[in-house]
Amino acid sequence: MKTARDILVVDDELVITQAVVRVCGAEGMSVDVAESAAAATARLARCTYRLIICDVMMADVDGFQFLADLGRRQVRTPVIMSTGMSTMENAVKALYAGAIDFIPKPFTADELLVAVRRGLHYARLQDAALAASATKRPVSLAYVPCPAKYYRLGYASWVSLEGTGTVLVGVSDLFLKTVDAIQDVRLGAVGEEVVQGSSCATITSTDGLDHGVLCPVSGRIVEVNRGVASTPAVMERDPYFEGWLYRVLPSELQYELQQLSSCSSDRL
Amino acid sequence: MLKKLGFKLTVAVGVIALVTISIFAYFNNRSDNRNLLAEVERHANQLSETVKSGTEYDMLLNQRERIHETIKRMGNQSSIQRIRIMNKSGEVIYSSDTNEIGKMVDKNAESCYRCHSAGQPLERLEMKDRTRVFRVHPDSSRTLGIINPIYNTKSCAQAACHAHPRSQVVLGVLDVTLPLAAVDQDIRQGRIEVVIFAVSAILALSVIIGLFVTRWVAMPVRELVAATRHVAGGDLNYVIPETRDDELGTLARSFNNMTHKLSEARLQLFQSDKLASLGRLAAGVAHEINNPLTGVLTYSSFLLKRTKDQPEVQEDLKVIVRETIRCREIVKSLLDFARQSVPKKGPADVNEIIERAALVTENQLALNHVKLVKALGAEVPLVTVDANQMQQVFINLFVNAADAIGPEALGGTITVTTSHLKLSPVGITQIKKAQCPKRHSLINAEVRIDGKPSIRIKVVSGGNEGFIYRDPMYGQTRHQFGIAPEATKATQVMCPECSASLLVDAASCPDCGSAIFTFEVPGKGMVEGCTNRQCTWQRWAVVDESGEREFVEVRVRDTGSGIAQEELPRIFEPFYSTKGQKGTGLGLAVIWGIIDNHNGTIIVESQVGAGTTFVIRIPVEP
Repeated sequence: MKTARDILVVDDELVITQAVVRVCGAEGMSVDVAESAAAATARLARCTYRLIICDVMMADVDGFQFLADLGRRQVRTPVIMSTGMSTMENAVKALYAGAIDFIPKPFTADELLVAVRRGLHYARLQDAALAASATKRPVSLAYVPCPAKYYRLGYASWVSLEGTGTVLVGVSDLFLKTVDAIQDVRLGAVGEEVVQGSSCATITSTDGLDHGVLCPVSGRIVEVNRGVASTPAVMERDPYFEGWLYRVLPSELQYELQQLSSCSSDRL
Repeated sequence: MLKKLGFKLTVAVGVIALVTISIFAYFNNRSDNRNLLAEVERHANQLSETVKSGTEYDMLLNQRERIHETIKRMGNQSSIQRIRIMNKSGEVIYSSDTNEIGKMVDKNAESCYRCHSAGQPLERLEMKDRTRVFRVHPDSSRTLGIINPIYNTKSCAQAACHAHPRSQVVLGVLDVTLPLAAVDQDIRQGRIEVVIFAVSAILALSVIIGLFVTRWVAMPVRELVAATRHVAGGDLNYVIPETRDDELGTLARSFNNMTHKLSEARLQLFQSDKLASLGRLAAGVAHEINNPLTGVLTYSSFLLKRTKDQPEVQEDLKVIVRETIRCREIVKSLLDFARQSVPKKGPADVNEIIERAALVTENQLALNHVKLVKALGAEVPLVTVDANQMQQVFINLFVNAADAIGPEALGGTITVTTSHLKLSPVGITQIKKAQCPKRHSLINAEVRIDGKPSIRIKVVSGGNEGFIYRDPMYGQTRHQFGIAPEATKATQVMCPECSASLLVDAASCPDCGSAIFTFEVPGKGMVEGCTNRQCTWQRWAVVDESGEREFVEVRVRDTGSGIAQEELPRIFEPFYSTKGQKGTGLGLAVIWGIIDNHNGTIIVESQVGAGTTFVIRIPVEP
């Protein structure tokens, strides 16, 4: 029987792994360290983890390859990617490759904790969904998946194409389930530019943590959902229809759609 | 000296003048001589006739003493050498030289020769045959003699004195000789004059031609040569004064234009190289810095969380966190600059992008009282660009221009023009991607030709194998050979990775008949080349058939303060800023990177006090 641990942090920089051990350890989480992908694989053979935090640039294999290896070996542990090459492109690429989140370096203790807490929530929800499908109950008891014709960036945000050339952007139910109840949401203004892979809204949960929402498309905000701005709870009630955040005039839609996952493939 | 153009031209003109003037002088002199001599002959003839008719009456009366006297007096004139009359048998009867009288003259003497040369004496003599020019001694001056036959007339035959028999036709000969010394003197004088004139004309002509050649050709050519030496020495800013309107002036202008273009190209290349390596450096540095920075930020923010009850520590920790986050932002901007991302390209109308950029910067320009004038060409084709990045470029240029004009200037103008250009693609198109039939990339970044990654192909020939690195600039042939392939059928050309053959079986080189090979430029057709090392043939049908390449040119001109000449080469460098604390200095470097990513070029022209113009050219076909 494998030992059950909370977090495996994979990074060839000792200062990073030690920082994660300190910050997460102080919150009572059990953290293991691997300085390379090979060491991580060895650890995974002995222990099970609820969450993996992995660097992109490592000495032996890069983070994307490690992620692909995990997928091949059917390791379902959610992965948070982190890198010093903290660009929007890397964020989008990591999320498309299957990471659940992306933490650009350098990060503060709070930024790390927020991502880790969401990751652990995500792991729990995933287990619940797995348990549900094992007992033939619908997954939607755990969370509502995004509608078939939508596209998603990672598991967090979605985009829905409207016939008029604009798109609607919102937050997925799964993301909302990984955070505590919404206390407040800070939205951008009409006319602002949003960029794929960078934060476009901040959700403050009742536990006082701020969660950035990565925008799934680039473009200009043409309309902000006033219902959400005044009553953030609308998002939790109906995340995919009533609870949209922005209507956006996308600038590079065809190109950017290739970096997004289609929600219809989630249902197969 | 002897090889100089001016000298050669002067000599050539001198020789032509010499030949022309000599021929002219020769014929002129000859005709002068002839006229002079003819004049003397006529004069002698007249004289002879005068003597003849002056003595005729005395002869009829047979007044011998009178005749002697007349002839003697006439012959004493200085212009006449001698007058004598001989009878038929050659005896001198009368003569101005009294010693001669009674002597016999030899038939072969030059006064008799004309008639007596043919054996039987002639009875009639033409005028031209009656005169003769001779020298008494070889040293003496020339003499003209004229003989005048005295014919038997009725009055002679019937004269009472000594009647000549009727059968006699010629009774005697009047022989007058005149000295030609004066005439010869004239002729010599004339000749000397002609020679003096010819020599001075030739000299004057040569000097004038020499002066003009020096002034109009040699001096400007010397300037040009000096300029080429400067340029060869690396000084591409050297300018020849363009003061002339002739062909050499045109040459000087086109020379200046060439060096200007060269310096732009060099700057562009230099910039491209520098920014590429700087980009790699920045990316590497960012990665390296972000790791230790993570340590600082995580621990300090963690401490901040844990020491909420110690306000004095809190303040200090907050400073550490705040400043570390500031570092994070700096590194992030560096990364944004270094981002070697593929632009998200699509067909776009440059005019529309400019309109949008104008809309965004409207307020800022209005605040500075800057007017934006748009002269957008109507026939500008769509270009394949990342519209957002291009918009960023124009926004930055407009804002920079407004800053250059400044708030103190109380207004200024930014003029944007767009136009459609056509330039030939051969020699300026880079092969950026190349692959074998199995889609392995042939691009090799380690061997660079003129700073650009080469195209590597493997060659097996005569038992040896090696690589050839082909010039990535299509139309140029600076290939590097790691092996000398034999031009035989046995030479194999293949992909270095999978050894798939690149040879084309069904065709051979149209220039030399050797085997040819081919590789694919994804999306842009096949490039073919010849296996013969000596042969320069290559073909890229897509580019060859595309004709001239089309560009959209955008010029952004401002009436701002301008940029000093010595600063121009540095303005595209990252962190180069004239705005002091206000700017980050990444703007123009980012613009440069974006334009380079679009295979475009950006150049700047500026004059301090007059303003700055940025010229951007984007290829219509990406």
